[in-house]
Formats: sequence, structure tokens, C-alpha cells
Amino acid sequence: MKSPTCDRYAHRQADRALILAQRLLETITHSPEIEEDMALSNLALDLIGQARTLYTYVDPADDGEDRLAYFRDAHEFLNPLLVEQPNGDFAGILVRQFLHDAFAVAYWDAMTTSTDATFAALAGKAVKETTYHLRHSRSWVIRLGDGTDESHRRVAAAVERLWPFTHELFEVDEVERELVATGIAVDPADLLPIWQETVHATLAEATLAVPTDGDRPSGGRVGLHSPEFDALIAELQVVARAHPGATW
Amino acid sequence: MSESDWPLWEVFVRAKRGVSHVHAGTVHAPDSELALQNARDLFTRRAEGVSIWVVRSSDVTASDPADAGSLFEPAIDKTFRHPSDFELPDEVAHM
Repeated sequence: MKSPTCDRYAHRQADRALILAQRLLETITHSPEIEEDMALSNLALDLIGQARTLYTYVDPADDGEDRLAYFRDAHEFLNPLLVEQPNGDFAGILVRQFLHDAFAVAYWDAMTTSTDATFAALAGKAVKETTYHLRHSRSWVIRLGDGTDESHRRVAAAVERLWPFTHELFEVDEVERELVATGIAVDPADLLPIWQETVHATLAEATLAVPTDGDRPSGGRVGLHSPEFDALIAELQVVARAHPGATW
Repeated sequence: MSESDWPLWEVFVRAKRGVSHVHAGTVHAPDSELALQNARDLFTRRAEGVSIWVVRSSDVTASDPADAGSLFEPAIDKTFRHPSDFELPDEVAHM
């Protein structure tokens, strides 16, 4: 029997995936090339699949996952702030994705040995999906960083803008502490060196500087979100709320 | 839809071990690495393949359709080149 703490933890991971997917889906038909539209929507579909597994785990009722995705209010979402950051330009989309993916690969890889069967099974699938995501986002960061003057300038600005939000990915509070003790969750502190190795190597190859640590905005994982978050949630939920129970 | 700024790549997909790569279509991409990723997303999204090749379209030398008569028609009446008198065992697939 899983605990309320485990539910809260599952919410955080599911919301991280869903909100990032929603931001990616905003780009559909706006990517510079139709091939990249396809690539980004494929990433989003994988993320939505990960979120669905965890929403269903939290609430196995038939309408459980829809209720959790479409009928919670903004302050009930527990995703880290990084994934809700507005897209900005194409460099911003791919840098956000890269900083997230470097975390997600380390995270799901470690979660394959979770003592929770649902998390362990999901991790086995998600580690393959996110390894591809990282391959795609990483190659774009290098391509843009080591590209033209303009692409370098844009990707460098995106790294500076998004860097402060990466710290929250590795925060530990009572939710993690309780679940790490029982082997359900991984200790985020163990993931930090892996993340740093990926990120530092990639930024070096992209001829980009590693930003100095400064601000550490936080709060997403307890439901405190940035001002733009309400609009994201409104767009995510508008159809489901306007036509409750609709099917097609 | 504007013309792509990216060059065109020919995509070949191997459906499973033991069969050849078959031309699947084309993608646009700025380099071979992204061509492979784009091909993966467009042509193997329903688990159609186990291997992908991409080749710059400009690197393909193609026969001229106007030469079809001299290139291909001389083979039409040479039926002795077909293994039509052999019985193929059922185990031999993909001939």
C-alpha cells in the first residue's frame, strides 16, 4: 500500500513530465522546420506517457489521470520551475530540454532499482526514452553553441536565463527523505555529479561557459509557480473544463 | 510552407535483421547527425526498423529517365536470367 508521501512524490515526477510536454506542444507548427516539429512532439508524447503512468498510479480510477491533469488548479501542480519556463526562442526550448534531460536520464537510470514496482517498471521504459531525448537536445545545444555568432549568442543567453532553475532539481525535502529511506526514491544529491558531468562536457563542446551559481529560485515542487504558469494551465485544461467528459 | 533551408537526405531503413536497408523517403537536416534523428522520428515511430542509413541526396548519382530504354529494356527478353525453374524452399524468405 503506498503512502500519501509516495503519492506526492509521484505527483512531482508526473507534473514535471506533463508540464514540460505542454511547453513543447506550444511549439507545434512553429518549429523552424517540419522535421523539428515532429522531433519535439515525439519528446512530448514520451513525457505524457510517463506522466500518465504515474497519474494512474496515484488514482487508478477510470477518470483518475484526466482528473489529475485537467481538474487540479495551478497551485496543486508540483513540477520544478525549470520545466514551466516560457519557451522564448528555439535555443531556449532546446536548452531547457537539455538541462532537464541530463537530469532525467540520471534520475530514471537510478530509479530502475526503486523498491516501488511501478516506479521501477516505468524507469526501465523512461530511461530509454530520455536517453534519446538527451541525445537530441544535447546535439542541438552543441550545434547552436558551436554554430553562428547569432546561434551562439542565443543559446548562451538561454543557458544564463535557465541556469538558476536547475538547482531546484536537486533539492531534498521531507518527501524525498522519507522515500529515500525506504528505497522508493533516489537521493537527488547522488544525481548531481552525473548531471554536472553531462552538462559541463556538453557546454564545453558547445563552446559555452558554465554559468556561475547565483539565484536559486525554488517552490515549484510545493505548488508555488511563476506568474506565467496560470496561462499554461489554462491552455492545458480549457477543452476538458469546457466539455467535461467529452470523448472523440 | 516555405522551402527548407536545410539540405535533403535520403533515408534507408532495415526492417529487421537479415533483410536489406530499403529506401523509405527523405528528410531535411543541417547535418548527418540530425538527419539520422529526424529519420528516426519520421520513419521508425511505429517500430518499423532496427537500423537507419542516411545519405545526402546530392551524393546520389541517379540514372536519367531518358536513358531507360537503353539501360533496362535489353534485359526484358532474357528470361534465362530468371531462376524461374528452381523451387524455392519455404524457409528462404525475402527473395
